[in-house]
Amino acid sequence: MHPLAQATTQPLPLPEVDWRAIAPELALAVAGVVLLLVVAFWPRAGRGVLAGLTLAGLAAAAALTVWNWDLERVAFEGAVSLDGITRYARAVLLAVGALATLMVAQGDSREGEPDDSPPEVFPLLLFALLGMVLLAAASDLLVVFIALEILSLSLYVMAGETRRLAAQEAAMKYFLLGAFSSAFLLYGIALCYGATGSTNLLEIADATGDPTADGTLLLAGVGLLAVGFLFKVSAVPFHMWTPDVYQGTPTPVAAFMAAATKVAGFAVFLRVFAGALGGLVVSWRPVIAGAAVLTMLVGAALAVVQTDLKRMLAYSSISHAGYLLVGVAAAATVPAGVSASMFYLLTYAFMVMGAFMVVQYVSRLGPPDDDAIGERSSLEDYRGLARRHPWAAGLLAVFMLALTGIPPLSGFWAKYYVFLAGIEAGLTWLVVVAVISSVISAFFYLRVLVVAYLQEPVGDPGAETAPGRTPALGVALGLAGLLTVAIGLAPEALIAAARSAERILG
Amino acid sequence: MNLGAFAPILAMLVLAAAFAVLSIVVSAFLAPHRPTRAKYSAYESGVEPGRLPQGERYPVKFYLTAMLFVVFDVEVIFLYPWAVVFRQLGVFGLVQMGIFVGLILIAYIYDWKRGGLEWD
Amino acid sequence: MRVGPGAYLLLSAILFAIGVAGVLIRRNAIVVFMCIELMLNAVNLSFITFAKTNGSLDGQVLAFFVMVVAAAEVVVGLGILVAIFRKRSSTSVDDVNLLKG
Repeated sequence: MHPLAQATTQPLPLPEVDWRAIAPELALAVAGVVLLLVVAFWPRAGRGVLAGLTLAGLAAAAALTVWNWDLERVAFEGAVSLDGITRYARAVLLAVGALATLMVAQGDSREGEPDDSPPEVFPLLLFALLGMVLLAAASDLLVVFIALEILSLSLYVMAGETRRLAAQEAAMKYFLLGAFSSAFLLYGIALCYGATGSTNLLEIADATGDPTADGTLLLAGVGLLAVGFLFKVSAVPFHMWTPDVYQGTPTPVAAFMAAATKVAGFAVFLRVFAGALGGLVVSWRPVIAGAAVLTMLVGAALAVVQTDLKRMLAYSSISHAGYLLVGVAAAATVPAGVSASMFYLLTYAFMVMGAFMVVQYVSRLGPPDDDAIGERSSLEDYRGLARRHPWAAGLLAVFMLALTGIPPLSGFWAKYYVFLAGIEAGLTWLVVVAVISSVISAFFYLRVLVVAYLQEPVGDPGAETAPGRTPALGVALGLAGLLTVAIGLAPEALIAAARSAERILG
Repeated sequence: MNLGAFAPILAMLVLAAAFAVLSIVVSAFLAPHRPTRAKYSAYESGVEPGRLPQGERYPVKFYLTAMLFVVFDVEVIFLYPWAVVFRQLGVFGLVQMGIFVGLILIAYIYDWKRGGLEWD
Repeated sequence: MRVGPGAYLLLSAILFAIGVAGVLIRRNAIVVFMCIELMLNAVNLSFITFAKTNGSLDGQVLAFFVMVVAAAEVVVGLGILVAIFRKRSSTSVDDVNLLKG
């Protein structure tokens, strides 16, 4: 008998499908597919309808996340794990998704201008979120790769969603460099698989203590994994794409990228490095700490010389990735590093989204946007903003001060807990560098406020166009501002929730 | 390393190359040579080639069609492992594959409805 | 005669390195993109080799997924390139220069 024919007579163990474990992901997938069909059969559906459906899908996913809140288990034979990181990241990502939906719903068309952003952006947003949520829950390197590709492919298309040349160039840069980094990550996965015989993070964790495993191969794999992850979270020296992409891409998409990819990227970073590869901490910590130093200092130093607010926010997001890397470096030996990083991601997501919302609002004030450069976000456009639009200027002040880390706003507590974890892990020198970087960064955040509050508006104030009605953006701005202040006033409850993330299931 | 095992492959490569070169050379000498305009025009799968731009560039439409082909073609890769063991997987496998093919079908319907299959 | 797994891994590493070099050196976006595909397929060779040496099927499953992801990347990437090409009829990376600090 042919061996293959013999094999077919044996019974095959069927995998157990744990629908409940991935219920929020399923809700996002179903909502995305439904929206795709709505777009296909009803292309003239208004943005309000599509945004409403998207928010309904997000609400369903959020409800299922709450339903699953106390669930702690490894599902799908170790492919997905439900633990503190998963549920915390799910909650933050869904909230970020809702704010991004409001920004996208507002769009950048003004009164009387045709809307140039296609309706596909809503299903793409849901698919990107699906990838991010799955990435945060993935405990098998295969799932990590697939989730990462789901979110990346959606974001590549979203980056080029408008016909503007700047957006399409941003999409191309993001795509080519993103695919390049994915290949490195994949090679890292291959080498880890070769060294340990498994792609499952729990089994890799066991194998790191096994002296018979191929150490060189494993270390090479870990190095390539680090390159891939550092690229995705835009850490120096793999940050070159970030400013160009954030500047060229439409502001709502840039905000979503800046906030949500960081949350998902660092969630998986913590799970793989602090969790599965925790046994190799002596080997990878110097690399991550070195990248953290470079990322914090280069990000802050280059942000100082920027004259465009979107580019400045891009460099600011690079330096924030550096602070988060301090948390990752600490997390392998100090559990507080995990909770501090998760709390940092929560606060950072709302601060940076709020800052981009103000950019979106101000870009509606000046003359129409330039096809080549993209939206108007030059610092010049912010001169005298306080006199013309006191509310927008006030919110800008809240977000800038929070990003700087001024108490009592949320950004202060985020840095405080990460620095505390860093010191506890014996990385005091790293924390000193982080404080220096914070001082440098105060300069450019406060400069924006000086421009907005102390400088006179340029040109004829009558030439300014009305921003038009911005109900969706207004709600989003209010929520982001409220969260930034509220988290700052009462951080204890949220940091306590983050503490439950300290036990990584694998 | 013993390279002897590669000898048949090497022989086959040499034979294939020799045959290719030989037939080109022979046909150049022996074949009748009566050119017409139709014979010299580019073959574009039955599409009138007159619209081709100067130079070596293909119209963008070819890329779009090729892209759609690639993505739907490669998705079928997942049907192969299923086909090997589909009896043992039974209803479970059938349902899973139904979901998978259904999702591809939705993508196809979307593409069709949004005009991705229109040539002009 | 037997070719050991080391040879396949070496070939995979060489192909990957060629891909990296191509991405860094070539200026045409489509060629850069082809080099990225070469990198992905070089990794696939590693996965298959490790699946053989480890005696598990995980590597082959991964290779399947990588192929499909690569196809999806082709479609998205070419879509973006075609959109840019329609606007400016050039795919050289050096022509992409609007976004400079």
